[in-house]
Amino acid sequence: MIEIKDLFIKFPGFTLQDINLSIGDGEFFMLLGPTGAGKTLVLEAIAGIVPITGGHIVVKGREITHHPPEHRGTSIVYQDYALFPHLSVLKNITYGLRYHKTDPKTSDKRVTWLIEQLGLQSLAHRSIHNLSGGEKQRIALARALAVNPSVLLLDEPLSALDPNFREDIRELLKKLHQEVETTFLMVTHDFAEAMFLGQRMAVLNYGKIDQIGSVREVFKKPATPFVAKFMGIKNVFHASFKDKTAQVHDLALHLQSLPGENKRYVAVRPEDIMITRNGTVENDINAFQSKVLGVTDRGPYYEISARTGDVIFIIMLSKNDFFKLELQKGKDIHLSIQPSSIHVF
Amino acid sequence: MATKRKIDPFFWISVFSTGTVVVFIVFPLTEMVFQPSLQDLRDTICDPDVLGSIGLSIYTSGMAALISFLIGTPFAYLLARKNFFGKKLVESIIDLPIMIPHPVVGIAILGLAGKNHWLGQLMHQVGIQIMGTVTGIVTVLTFVGLPFYVNTVKAGFEAIPVRLENISRSLGASLSETFVRVTFRLAWRSMLVGIIMCSARAISEFGAVVIVAYHPMIAPVMIYERFTAYGIKYSQPVAVWLIAVSLLLFLLLRICSFPQEKQT
Repeated sequence: MIEIKDLFIKFPGFTLQDINLSIGDGEFFMLLGPTGAGKTLVLEAIAGIVPITGGHIVVKGREITHHPPEHRGTSIVYQDYALFPHLSVLKNITYGLRYHKTDPKTSDKRVTWLIEQLGLQSLAHRSIHNLSGGEKQRIALARALAVNPSVLLLDEPLSALDPNFREDIRELLKKLHQEVETTFLMVTHDFAEAMFLGQRMAVLNYGKIDQIGSVREVFKKPATPFVAKFMGIKNVFHASFKDKTAQVHDLALHLQSLPGENKRYVAVRPEDIMITRNGTVENDINAFQSKVLGVTDRGPYYEISARTGDVIFIIMLSKNDFFKLELQKGKDIHLSIQPSSIHVF
Repeated sequence: MATKRKIDPFFWISVFSTGTVVVFIVFPLTEMVFQPSLQDLRDTICDPDVLGSIGLSIYTSGMAALISFLIGTPFAYLLARKNFFGKKLVESIIDLPIMIPHPVVGIAILGLAGKNHWLGQLMHQVGIQIMGTVTGIVTVLTFVGLPFYVNTVKAGFEAIPVRLENISRSLGASLSETFVRVTFRLAWRSMLVGIIMCSARAISEFGAVVIVAYHPMIAPVMIYERFTAYGIKYSQPVAVWLIAVSLLLFLLLRICSFPQEKQT
């Protein structure tokens, strides 16, 4: 169990504050946030690399707030691998073993197992130069796990990799996490990565945590407009509520249930808005006459912006649907939104 | 169709400057090297005084480099890795010996070592003498050479990603173990270059040494003495031998630090 209480770090021009996290043993926890949110700082504070201004860090019941990095039982893996350039692959992996009093047979077994799991058998005696990014990251993972740490800190381990390597390492991370007892704490700015790997996550917004919850919960029910936008919800609006209706400018959206107290926003995922060219809107709930403002090609899909009264919606459309609908800027369309797709917060 | 590319005048200016600089440095030196006859050179190197002074020059600058290595390495590491209040001031202080006129360095050190100063008295009591001793020569040479060592090695440390050290620490190595197993292993070439820079600076020192110790005579002092007493012809062969021996030593050290380019 990792417990971080009131972590506070002050640098000139940046403050990380009120960081409170409780991560269970063996959990795969994601720390999500944009560049500059302070994610790496949290990791390095746990690893003891950056000095903290205030707060406590407890790992497995042991307060390690002021311990030097070598006495914390935390291994760290960086995005740029940070392999020792003067050591061979095997020597990189076994670097930390001498500092951990496990009997040589057990640690040998562990190293052999890691080398096998990570597919490094043929590389063991090579120099680390001229290896691919994926190979380097697998070595970095083996090196970090060889010492059997309580916590594995992963600092955007997939960001520097080519897309195909990224998928490999992602699968590997998931597999390794299931096989070892170590708690994984990973930092990323990619919510798809977080969804695939994480069990729970915290979203960091410029030095503060906006939301902590299960991956599903944060994805489905973001707690702040920042988290909503970060989770890919492009339609976030200020709203006033009356019974089961949310008023966004001149638009009344019907909700599935009563919104509850102190709610200020509604959010709709761009893929949850339907577009039709024909038909009537009168009989449907949450169906509106709308006009296409713009079309953006996003590679695998199209992003449509459409105006309904004073409200601009962003809608995601598969290429297939896009061509069927023959959409163009200025065309009239009908939008409809299921009440169950409207998230209130 | 191949068109002739117009070359910018700045290119020619650079070429001209390069040529001027090379000639400016190489011409006087080669002239001096080729002026003494082989007979003069042979006679000079057989002179025990000359051999002794060149030997002393190499020994004292080597010692200065060794001392710089021992005290300069941890200092350079601190400057490369830590930010602290007054760091800029410390960095300026380390550069001071480069700026001060050389005789002033000698005078400053003599002032401390004199019998009127408490430090001089203390040194006298423990039997350390600066005036006219090898200790005195090594002291001034360290003074003038240390900045070159520290600045070179500091840059070397800065070139090593701090993340490598972080990783080593998180894997269980202490700060000193990390220094030995990672930092030193990656920075030893820059230390070697630092040693070259420092001893090169030391071996060329004259102004500070001549104040602290005219005798025992290091090679630059002997060259100066022979020039003032007997003229240019008599001083040249000693200079040639000093240049030849230093060049050989520095070349050897440089060769040791070569593979760096391959690795990075």
